[in-house]
Amino acid sequence: MPDATGLELIAQDLRAADADAVLGTSFFREEATIEVAPAFLRTAAQALHAKGYTFMASCHGVDYYPEEPRLGVHYQLLDMPNVDRVCLKTRVPIEAPNVPSLCGIWPGANHPEREVFDMLGVVFDEHPDLRRILMPEDYEGHPQRRDFPIGGEPVLFTYNEDKVPGWTR
Amino acid sequence: MSTPAGISDYRKQEESVTLSSAPAGDGIEQELMTINMGPHHPSTHGVLRLILTLEGETVRDVKPIIGYVHTGIEKTAEDKPYWKAIPVVERMDYLSYYFNAMAYCGAVEKLLEVEVPARAQYLRVIHLELNRIMSHLVWLGTSCIDLGAISVWWYCFREREAVLDLFEMSSGQRMHTRYFQVGGVIEDIPRGWVERVRRFTKEMRTRADQYAALLDRNEIVLQRLRHTGVIDEATLLGLGVTGPLLRAAGNPWDLRKAAPYSSYDHFDFKIPVGTIGDNYDRYRVRHAEIYESCAIIDQALDGLPEGPFITTDRKVALPPRHELATSMEALIHHFKLVTEGFRVPPGEVYNPIESPRGELGCYVRSDGSSKPARVHMRDPSFVNLQATAPATRNSYIADLVATLAMLDPVLGGVDR
Repeated sequence: MPDATGLELIAQDLRAADADAVLGTSFFREEATIEVAPAFLRTAAQALHAKGYTFMASCHGVDYYPEEPRLGVHYQLLDMPNVDRVCLKTRVPIEAPNVPSLCGIWPGANHPEREVFDMLGVVFDEHPDLRRILMPEDYEGHPQRRDFPIGGEPVLFTYNEDKVPGWTR
Repeated sequence: MSTPAGISDYRKQEESVTLSSAPAGDGIEQELMTINMGPHHPSTHGVLRLILTLEGETVRDVKPIIGYVHTGIEKTAEDKPYWKAIPVVERMDYLSYYFNAMAYCGAVEKLLEVEVPARAQYLRVIHLELNRIMSHLVWLGTSCIDLGAISVWWYCFREREAVLDLFEMSSGQRMHTRYFQVGGVIEDIPRGWVERVRRFTKEMRTRADQYAALLDRNEIVLQRLRHTGVIDEATLLGLGVTGPLLRAAGNPWDLRKAAPYSSYDHFDFKIPVGTIGDNYDRYRVRHAEIYESCAIIDQALDGLPEGPFITTDRKVALPPRHELATSMEALIHHFKLVTEGFRVPPGEVYNPIESPRGELGCYVRSDGSSKPARVHMRDPSFVNLQATAPATRNSYIADLVATLAMLDPVLGGVDR
């Protein structure tokens, strides 16, 4: 992990490229996080890639309900030679959940971003193959959102196929 | 290929193929055939469905379709207190349950800033490495079935039973043991367990030698595995692939060495690496890891410290049973923990560990309540599955089966 000073230096470099890019930094439990505006996500990712964070370890989607903006996407970036991790984070409102895809930089972002889209409804612009990955293709809603109802789903049997809404579509 | 009317956009996308080369043969009628492999196919190691585009016997494109065992474990965990979420999280990757629990408990411990006692860390390491051996044994056995060698499977599962017996002795369960707790492990190891583990590691090395004698220079194994499914290191890194697959391509990245957790830095072990990253290298790397795991277990047993096996912080760990009869305070702590659970300070952390399949990271977000606001696993199988297409494109369909076996995806972990 970069230490708190190192994190500020990285953030400073990102701010030097564009003044509005970095929304904030946090150093929590020895973990460095940089929050950027969605519009600057790709340039920030490219800048971090150039700094040596060349491996995308993971991509997480979060729903911050009831806080706004609700949806968050985290990219855990890793600098293998220096064993250094930094988290690149962006947050978007649920009404305009558009985030630029990082598949162009890391082809391995493909499946994780599809999962975030599937589970939380974040739309990754310019993703090569954005469709549901874990849920069925005709599923409605995004189950990992905090306000998604937990409860029974009608179980399909031959006798009730026609009674279950949305099945025959 | 004619498209039937009324087909959904999704199906159209499934049918769309990216051709990696022009059809071979001048003037000969060539036809691409799309066939479906799985989800119920013995060599897909679970319910993985592959849509293959074939040209004759050559695979031109592979599209993995997953989600058949998606059980919403992450959603379920959000509705349970932190310590009651451990059993559901354990069931993600059903071959490496200790690792799932370790990634999750480690993340919660990070949020709580709980110190794990040295004895608990060593006990965790012993169980993790036993689990790694067990996982590799299942992988080796099932992979050899795919290559047409059923005898190896019987041998591997015989040793796997020995590991499961050890798990049963220490925790009462053979699988999904719920042995790891936030702050330590649930109880100390029983008398006689250490000797049995020592006997096992000694025997395991001999058994691994026997597997090597069966497979290493076996003509059929060599023909099926050597120079098949090759992916170079740069492609693997771009795809986010970690674990034995990356090490087989020559990159010695292992979180146990790179960023030691749970006192892995106390032990002396080597990281096996391959050279070209073909299926044979993958087999050799995992096989060599069995020996290294045995070495770690032996060292951990030798240096097993005395002391508590779980944190003494009563706000996090249950009080010992005998205190409940005498101490009102212990009773209150017990009641609070069992009904509500402990509250965790708000924040978000990511805790990566080295599972048998690569980097297993657990992201936990806390909103200050006693239930996690979000639990997300970066499962190595899920990410590594992206390497299927680059590894099998333009190879024979028989090599696809061998490559898939050597990629070792566990669909419980892929779909969660």
